[in-house]
Amino acid sequence: MIMIYSLYILNRAGGLIYQKDFNKGLKKITTNDYLILSGILHGVHAIASNISPPSAIPSTIYNNPSFTNTNKSGLKSIETDFFKMFIFQSLTGIKFVLITSNNPISKEPENINTSNPDSFSSSDISINRNINETESILRKIYALYSDYVMKNPFYSLEMPIRCDLFDLKLTDLIKSFSQP
Amino acid sequence: MSSKSYKSLSDDIWKNRVDKINSEVFTLTYGSIVAQLCRDFTYAEVNTQLEKMGYNIGLRLVEEFFAKTGLGRCTSFKDTSEVISKIGFKMFLNITPTVTNWSGDGKQFSLILDDNPLTDFVELPEDNNAANELWYSNVLCGVLRGCLEMVQLDCDVYFVSDVLRGDPITEMRLKLNKFLKDEVPAGEE
Repeated sequence: MIMIYSLYILNRAGGLIYQKDFNKGLKKITTNDYLILSGILHGVHAIASNISPPSAIPSTIYNNPSFTNTNKSGLKSIETDFFKMFIFQSLTGIKFVLITSNNPISKEPENINTSNPDSFSSSDISINRNINETESILRKIYALYSDYVMKNPFYSLEMPIRCDLFDLKLTDLIKSFSQP
Repeated sequence: MSSKSYKSLSDDIWKNRVDKINSEVFTLTYGSIVAQLCRDFTYAEVNTQLEKMGYNIGLRLVEEFFAKTGLGRCTSFKDTSEVISKIGFKMFLNITPTVTNWSGDGKQFSLILDDNPLTDFVELPEDNNAANELWYSNVLCGVLRGCLEMVQLDCDVYFVSDVLRGDPITEMRLKLNKFLKDEVPAGEE
């Protein structure tokens, strides 16, 4: 079970249109810093897609039939000792950035790794497992977005999302994931 | 994906994943919008307005399309035509128009709508202009144009004939102007 800390949604131009924390203890930064952060992510993602060697790009790694992550050659995840960040992108170019806890699942293969020389591939497996898990969450978030944001006639495209219903449904969804 | 698996995917989506409403509510709502527009504008202007409304719907609807189908980018314009007819029309209107009349360069095709839920109960006004000028279901053209634009396909979409006007078939034409390669989001390969 992973904990979801925050969700960021970026429009096609890399502008932050939604940011929400789901955990009370998180430190806040200023609105401006959130914007800068998402701008940097957007840029690094694009640069990564330009420098990744063609041979390293998987044709179909994640074949989850219900959510198509078109982020194949860009920056996909950042892993630190304290959190993980996953970047997904829809075909229309909307980025969903999910910040989660460092999943304890990933610890198991890492412990085995100490005796395993082939450590690289098993840590790949663990991150892929996390991606699959977050992908199923993302699928639901994307469905909520397509319903409660896109279908709200008073929401203007590419602009910051201020939809109470979306907020509400999203909070419910995240709650349902954090309660076993 | 083969056209057979498109069919089973769209059947599944239609059965299990979309909310449905009474088709009469839908037909009558659309009818009253068009009728009101006809009172306010000339028929040519009504066509434009309907197309614009459709376009704005298309820009938004495309996200639901991807959220529910989970499809990736089409491999060719042929593929796109199959997806539009077998999945797009099926999941939103429960019809599957026939794809036909491909142009030699593979950039234009027609959709033949055997059944059009928008036009149940509809008869165009008696005055001759309506039968010559009004494209009653023009909103569909806008929806397609909007959706396709969101996946970087710049297209023209228009009606060629409509049974409402006394034509033998209802035919929509799609013309691909350009694949906007530069606007494809980074990271897609």
